[in-house]
Amino acid sequence: MTSTLLDYATLRVVWWLIIGVLLIGFAVADGFDLGLGASFTYLGRTDAERRALLSSVEPVWEGNQVWFVLGGGAVFAAWPLLYAASFSGLYLAMFLLLVSLILRPVGFAFRGKLTDVRWRAVWDAALTLGGGVPALLFGVAFANLFLGVPFYFDGMQRPVVTGGFFSLLHPFALLGGIISLSMLVLHGNAYAAMKVGEPMAARACLIGRVASAVFVVAFAGAGLWVATSLGGYQITGAINHAGPSDPMHKVVAITAGAWLSNFRAWPWMWAAPVCAILGAVAAHALLYLRRGGGAFMASVVVQGGTILTGGFALFPFLMPSSTFPDQSLTVWDASSSAKTLSIMLGAVIVFLPIILAYTAWVFRVLRGRVTLENMHEHEGEY
Amino acid sequence: MIDFDVVTLSRLQFALTAMYHFLFVPLTLGLSMILVIMESVYVMTGRDIWKRMTKFWGVLFGINFAMGVATGITMEFQFGTNWAYYAHYVGDIFGAPLALEGLIAFFLESTFVGLFFLGWDKVSKIGHLIITALVALGSSLSALWILIANGWMQHPVGAHFNYHTMRMELSSFSEVLFNPVAQAKFVHTVAAGYVMGSIFVLSISAWYLLRGRNVDIAKRSMAVAASFGLACSISVVVLGDESGYLDGENQKMKVASIEAEWRTAPPPASFTLFGFPDVAARKTHAEIKIPWMLGLVATRSIDQRVLGIYDLVDRARSRIVLGIEAYSALQVLRAGPAETPDAAVLRRFEANQADLGYALLLLRFTDNPAAATPQQIDAAAWSTVPNVPVLFWSFRFMVGLGLFFIALFATAFYLATRHRFERHPWFLKLAFFSLPLPWIAIELGWIVAEYGRQPWVVDGVLPTFLGVSRTSAGNVWFSLLGFAVFYSTLAAVDAFLIVRTIRRGPDGLGYSP
Repeated sequence: MTSTLLDYATLRVVWWLIIGVLLIGFAVADGFDLGLGASFTYLGRTDAERRALLSSVEPVWEGNQVWFVLGGGAVFAAWPLLYAASFSGLYLAMFLLLVSLILRPVGFAFRGKLTDVRWRAVWDAALTLGGGVPALLFGVAFANLFLGVPFYFDGMQRPVVTGGFFSLLHPFALLGGIISLSMLVLHGNAYAAMKVGEPMAARACLIGRVASAVFVVAFAGAGLWVATSLGGYQITGAINHAGPSDPMHKVVAITAGAWLSNFRAWPWMWAAPVCAILGAVAAHALLYLRRGGGAFMASVVVQGGTILTGGFALFPFLMPSSTFPDQSLTVWDASSSAKTLSIMLGAVIVFLPIILAYTAWVFRVLRGRVTLENMHEHEGEY
Repeated sequence: MIDFDVVTLSRLQFALTAMYHFLFVPLTLGLSMILVIMESVYVMTGRDIWKRMTKFWGVLFGINFAMGVATGITMEFQFGTNWAYYAHYVGDIFGAPLALEGLIAFFLESTFVGLFFLGWDKVSKIGHLIITALVALGSSLSALWILIANGWMQHPVGAHFNYHTMRMELSSFSEVLFNPVAQAKFVHTVAAGYVMGSIFVLSISAWYLLRGRNVDIAKRSMAVAASFGLACSISVVVLGDESGYLDGENQKMKVASIEAEWRTAPPPASFTLFGFPDVAARKTHAEIKIPWMLGLVATRSIDQRVLGIYDLVDRARSRIVLGIEAYSALQVLRAGPAETPDAAVLRRFEANQADLGYALLLLRFTDNPAAATPQQIDAAAWSTVPNVPVLFWSFRFMVGLGLFFIALFATAFYLATRHRFERHPWFLKLAFFSLPLPWIAIELGWIVAEYGRQPWVVDGVLPTFLGVSRTSAGNVWFSLLGFAVFYSTLAAVDAFLIVRTIRRGPDGLGYSP
């Protein structure tokens, strides 16, 4: 432990922040192509319109999706217990998520290869599912963290999960799904409003405004639910912030409204939900004014605000156990060793800025609107 | 306690998804390098045909790349969904290279691949070549990190067991990084991918030459594939020999099984060219042997022995006995106070913890390894022997194909330098019909490496059957069948598109002058 730059407790908090940054990076970067995918058959009525919409994300979506893959890898490296318990615990939901995400790379690559109408209709449906299903499932999964997941550890620390797919579909979880779907559809349509020509941009403004309204209602509703009746988890006894990662040495209580205790202790955290709501209102107004670029920036604020709101509420919980709340996974007792956390932190400090730099360069090269006129160069198969 | 249906189904699913993934990834590795070579020639000579070649092979690269990415998504998450105990037990070490793969390699590859296709008129000539090179670099780096992770499963260095957290933890990152098995696997696997890319280009070009289509593009493509493929196919075999040598040090059981060497022979051991391994009788019938060869390859000496299966099982038996010491000490430590462990018990645990994994093998035969009977210990010791006939034959076909590829490329190289492809249609036919062979060789290589690692998921540390998630067999049936149908459908579409693109050719796709 002496060889590490930061002490174990700080490293754990830093890694909680890094996972937060990766999640926000994922929502901001991949979120718009997921949201656009979910709604592009409505935004584009003819094949040319759809191709224009797809080509607005085609050169970048692949890189964007790495935020998700990297998120998975980072959770594995930094919170192996969380990676193990959550993915095996949400088994069928994960299967559904993987299948729908797989539809995207093949959809993008295969759709344009044939001009046949039915062929393209199949891949249009695949891309719609590939955008919409993950957008919905992310929220369902995130909301399940608030509800607690039915798991515990056996004598050899093997995570045992009870409860199946449908137990995930609690009304609060569905509300979470609506929040994430509307949030990403807003993001995708703000992007389309900024990035593609008419008549798709006008339709995107409309869908984006509907999505932002749905988001505000669902987000506020979830907040109200959390504040009043939903049981929140809290560590009541002592816990060693720098102890070995063994989630069996703490006492956890469930009380209604406890998910807001962090906001009561640190009122500055209210900035996150306020940003989410104000960002959505601003995006709505800017889309009404046909200011796609501004709306996209406002939508970025919505993504960050929403994810931070969820993270702040849950902290220090990563995944509460509804079976044995005392065995819940928290920032303090589910992480990798200090050595692994500190080596990986070094790698993130070096490589994340490089990634951001070349991603920014790629977006700069691709700047400009995709219109029906400049699509004609790519007529037919490509 | 352990649901062996879940174990079998999870293993089947992992094999299915990994082998599907491995149909596409080596071709991505190989084609991306070939695209860099072709585009470099374009940038250096300014001759347009090389740009059209890059674009045409790029179309095929793109179809294949999408499938590699699609099937790779499953791999990143499957350790959590189906191998939860594995993920917990070794995540402290194994998770890091996986995350670094995303951070350093996959991001690079995926961010620039879009510009490879759609950036031809958006950046300068040199700029586009750099983009292509970054895509190729990203895919090879990606293989490096994945094989560092895989190399650790084959030869787990730089780690120790922490009884507080009940898992393996990192002691030395540089040992994991510079694991000799990982380095050997990396060069062998990447070179195999380059060979696959070269044969792909060689075969399809041969088909065009046989039909007299796209002759200019096909001849140049063949020359590139022949020279690159020759260098890489020699590397695969030479560096595969290097893996054999390392296996000799670290995974003696794998070598003994590949050789069906039941009894230790006096050094230098001979290489069994042919024979029929008989698992029930624990001997090999009708052997044809090459004297000295195995001893030379596996130990690089004439006086060191290559241990046979019987002797290795004896070793496993004694390690199981020591492992039981570690296991029972661990139970006492876990039951006692975490802060103030009994010093004598702790010493007993630490003295034997290197063999803890061997005691875990007993969980297949008893719920209480601490009280295992000699019969159970014997059964566990024999369970360390992988499937001998499968390894024996897989290895021989793989090596045979590797040697055939060298001959194929050497001939192609000779004909290319003499500009004589047209005069030898037999060779063009041979090259065309060789198209499926690199896939067979590469999948056999996967079987030798990973099936040969059984019964361990991490060699000597964690048995495979223990690594699974405690989920229901019904769940895994559902996902296994789902992946089988879904992947097969996508692979069929992928094959259809690749064949269609090849049939249309550079002339049909507008890449002819």
